Amino acid sequence: MSDNYGSIMKEGLWDQNVVFTQLLAMCPVMAVTTSGTNGLGMGMATTAVLLVSNILVSMIRHTVSSQVRIPVFVVLIATLVTVVDMAMNAWMHELYKVLGLFIALIVVNCAILGRAEAFAVKNGVMASAVDGLAMGLGFTGALTFIGLIREFLGSGTLFAQASNLLGPSFAFLEMKLPGYGGALLMILPPGGFAILGFLLAGKRVMEQRIAARAKDAADGAAPAAA
Amino acid sequence: MNATSLTAQPIASPHAHGGNSVSRTMFRVQIALVPATLYGFWLFGWPSFFLWLLTILSCLGFEALALKMMGITRIRRTLLDGSALLTGWLLAMTLPPWAPWWVAVVGGFIAIVVGKQVFGGVGQNVFNPAMVARVALLVSFPVPLTQWVYPLPLTSLAAPDFIDGLRIFLTSLPQPDAMASASLLGYTKTELSRGIDLLQSLAGEHAPVLSWIGARSGSFGESASLLILGGGLYMLACGIITWHTPVAVLAGIAIPAAIGHAVDPTHYLSVSAHILSGAVMLGAFFIATDYVTSPNTTTGQIIFGIGIGFLTWVIRTWGGYPEGMAFAVLLMNALTPVIDRFIKPRILGRDRKGKPLDIPESKGA
Repeated sequence: MSDNYGSIMKEGLWDQNVVFTQLLAMCPVMAVTTSGTNGLGMGMATTAVLLVSNILVSMIRHTVSSQVRIPVFVVLIATLVTVVDMAMNAWMHELYKVLGLFIALIVVNCAILGRAEAFAVKNGVMASAVDGLAMGLGFTGALTFIGLIREFLGSGTLFAQASNLLGPSFAFLEMKLPGYGGALLMILPPGGFAILGFLLAGKRVMEQRIAARAKDAADGAAPAAA
Repeated sequence: MNATSLTAQPIASPHAHGGNSVSRTMFRVQIALVPATLYGFWLFGWPSFFLWLLTILSCLGFEALALKMMGITRIRRTLLDGSALLTGWLLAMTLPPWAPWWVAVVGGFIAIVVGKQVFGGVGQNVFNPAMVARVALLVSFPVPLTQWVYPLPLTSLAAPDFIDGLRIFLTSLPQPDAMASASLLGYTKTELSRGIDLLQSLAGEHAPVLSWIGARSGSFGESASLLILGGGLYMLACGIITWHTPVAVLAGIAIPAAIGHAVDPTHYLSVSAHILSGAVMLGAFFIATDYVTSPNTTTGQIIFGIGIGFLTWVIRTWGGYPEGMAFAVLLMNALTPVIDRFIKPRILGRDRKGKPLDIPESKGA
């Protein structure tokens, strides 16, 4: 498992997706996904922390005894989050004002400590880096997707204020549906839970269909071979 | 009932079927709603009729769609049991009479898909679907959901005719001539926030007596408290509902209202204004008595009803929204499993703690 980077990527992006399968990190998922831009920004900050923390944890995994590993990991993650927090404050100040507290709260994001515990302490540096990146990208994708749906239903825009995050050259992403007032509920937490619920159901249905199709193909292939 | 289903059921004793069914109960509730609905059509004209029709149609449509997507084949039978129709009907009763068409469609989706089918269909939902949709619509679209019209009876000259009614319904443009009126609760709340006390603000058009006959602005179906009350009494007479829940709801709102009004009539509305305005009558008789989302025992139903009434009064008096019936119903729906957990009916042959009763010695032996 640890050397097969392709399967690690697939686990992080789909099979073990932080949001849609592990249902971890629900606090940022509900709180910041009011727009696609916020979701993308939060996801990228988390990905950066996750990638570096996985690498560092994997590097020190033989030096730190298992009794003190949790405090050490927490201190590591807190340091990284502080760096990201200050960097965003300096270079993406508008977005930082929106995400605010939730950047600092990446420290207690269970997905990060979870990956350190579940993967990085048991695997090599390269594999841990791939895992951190895959998990982070899966998280970013989920957050952006939920954010886009909620933003579209709730305020009729797509990627509003994307130029705050990505620079003025990405202003073409910003779209607005004219004449649509928006359903306020979708911006509020209940809308987030409802959208997440429908997406989870959709993912389950998709996986069941894929499994059924694979089974059909296997059943179809077996008699043909026999 | 055919032979196969008889053999499939575990039969302990000779049971007779009472002839009751989901569709029959739903049908009776619908009969009880007819007078208030017809009166609402007369009072608010064609737009309210289109709204009522589309709300019901969208509920039925989304029910069929949800069942089809879940791969359930009994679509026609489920649609004909009348539960989706009743949900749509109740939802339409709580909407502003001139609400635009998309309110009906979105409301139908939320009521049936989010409020009911997600939980597993009829009998499984935790929250009352019509109230889920009402609250979601109110929170999502505060402006169209709080635009009340003056009653323009169909016979009056100012009432829109069929074509005009359709246009109002489909274009959802504001109607400046008609959309000037606030409901009693909204009006008093605004006036209080402006520092005008109730004795002055209620002196004019908002006499509580008008609520009895419904000649006031408000939601489509809840204007005529008297007709709703009549429908409720019909359901009581039919044995569809028992008196516990409605009486508890009315007591739950009347008692605190009476105390508040006695203490300070300038800030607390009177009992009659509370009971006759907004959705109290509809909620007490038609919403709170929903079998699925209310407790099973009569004691539980009384607690449930008092909770709804009291919370309605609290939300109306101190909350941000002028009306709190739907919120109160949803809050108490959430408490229903807890109520049922603590208040259980006595099992036949056991005492209240669940221990078997002593079998009395038979005298002949």
